[in-house]
Amino acid sequence: MKFPGVFTLFITDKNTKPPAWKALINLTIIIGAAALMVIVSLKRIDVKLDYSFLPGVTFRLRKGFEMTLILSICSLILSLLIGMVSAAAQNSRILVIRYLFMGYVKLIRGTPLLAQIYLFFYIIGTAWGIENRILSGILILSVFEGAYISEIIRGSYLSMEQQQIEIGMAIGLDKAGILREIIFPQMLARTLPALTGQFASIIKDSSLLSVIAVTEMAQTMREISSLNFKMFECYFLLAALYLLLTLPITYFSEWLERRFGYEN
Amino acid sequence: MRIKLDNLTKNFGSQTVLNHIDFEDDFSTLAIIGSSGGGKSTMLRIIASLLEPSSGQVTLDGRAAGSRASDQLDYRRRLGFVFQQNGLLKHLTAMENITLPLIRVHSYEKEAAVQRALQLLDRFGLSEEGSKYPSELSGGQSQRIAIARAIAPNPSLLLLDEPTSALDPEYTIEVLDMIRELKEEGRNFIIVTHEMGFARKACEKTMFLHEGKILEYGESNELFSNPQTPALRKFLTTLLEWNVRQ
Ligand SMILES: Nc1ncnc2c1ncn2[C@@H]1O[C@H](COP(=O)(O)OP(=O)(O)OP(=O)(O)O)[C@@H](O)[C@H]1O
Ligand SMILES: [Mg+2]
Repeated sequence: MKFPGVFTLFITDKNTKPPAWKALINLTIIIGAAALMVIVSLKRIDVKLDYSFLPGVTFRLRKGFEMTLILSICSLILSLLIGMVSAAAQNSRILVIRYLFMGYVKLIRGTPLLAQIYLFFYIIGTAWGIENRILSGILILSVFEGAYISEIIRGSYLSMEQQQIEIGMAIGLDKAGILREIIFPQMLARTLPALTGQFASIIKDSSLLSVIAVTEMAQTMREISSLNFKMFECYFLLAALYLLLTLPITYFSEWLERRFGYEN
Repeated sequence: MRIKLDNLTKNFGSQTVLNHIDFEDDFSTLAIIGSSGGGKSTMLRIIASLLEPSSGQVTLDGRAAGSRASDQLDYRRRLGFVFQQNGLLKHLTAMENITLPLIRVHSYEKEAAVQRALQLLDRFGLSEEGSKYPSELSGGQSQRIAIARAIAPNPSLLLLDEPTSALDPEYTIEVLDMIRELKEEGRNFIIVTHEMGFARKACEKTMFLHEGKILEYGESNELFSNPQTPALRKFLTTLLEWNVRQ
């Protein structure tokens, strides 16, 4: 299709990157429109954003930010372990193990994190005496994210071509060699971008731990806003702080995808 | 190279693909022909020890693959295998595809492995391709690199499973030329092929597999000019009828 003159500013060819200036124009339009929408909305409900309270709360904010980071990083490591075990276990020849982990993945992916947090913390946590909220938080989050990571890993193993493994046999590699030289690097290339993306989800999902009063970023913000009644200011800031963490990760994930994209 | 098949049988479920085959002979280059689904790949993969027979065994120059994993590994390491297509490791460059087995399996130093790879790439006109990934290679280039990888450690026998059947005619010729060169330098190989002209002119012996048995076997020229069985005659005329690249 041919577009007349000025429209070409907004059009690019399929599967190609637009030139930088074109991207800039279009991005400016979108960001401008979004900002305008927010400003107009705030005007209509007669709210003026006032961040004068910030200097007084920076210490608490930093503590909350750090707690979110700690929760996320610990959960990332633990959920990776759980995910790997679960993915392998679903291939187990021992049926109890196989069904246990299949059930785990279905149950966790099929229920909201919020319900899991309440049920785990107030029933299992209380019954078994796990009272440390941070530790509970990390455990719950890891179990939750582990189910997703398990599926990422399992999917990537299933998409592994059988012939690649046969090539390994043909060139004389033993089982360990095939695992190390073929299966592992090929699965890594396929899962790393998705796993990185999952880390962004972990960071966001950790905000739900505020419901069991873990003072991470969201909980900190909730406390601050309940004292100064600056709801809008606080939640805009909260969103911005999460973006600060997740955006770089998203870009990193896309970069990994290109870096390991040996298949096309 | 002396090959011996003892009572070789392969069943897939209730289907018998190779049916109690006994065979023994010396050869340097051998073509396996037969109709599609006749068990040629199955036979080649059993010879390569990539697949275990249901019963019986293969012996090459007096050595059997055995049933222990470590024996099979030893056995495979003396062979080279070329797949019909997509036979390169996708996460490695052409060069790394050649050096990986040299380093990991045949205990070459990295330097020596790279030297060997460069020498082969150069010899087969693939120097430009060394740093490319399989997805960046043409089908013909991939196959030639797969062959280079297979011969790099100097295997005592090379096995090729229809190395040209997935290729356009121009690439088929470059791959077949390369295999003929290998013959001229005295390498032993077994090739499963639909290229009757190649089997006849470039392979010393030919084997016709039919309904799970070796129906005919002999000097290539003799077998093609004087087919003894109706089945082989029919097979050859069917190919001729459509003038499949002679
Ligand atoms: N892994 C397997 N499981 C079940 N059946 C199989 C398997 N591999 C091969 N077969 C069957 O065995 C028969 C012989 O297959 P094979 O691939 O050896 O034939 P072929 O002579 O190489 O044919 P083509 O010329 O088409 O490559 C076919 O009927 C095929 O369906
Ligand atoms: Mg075949």
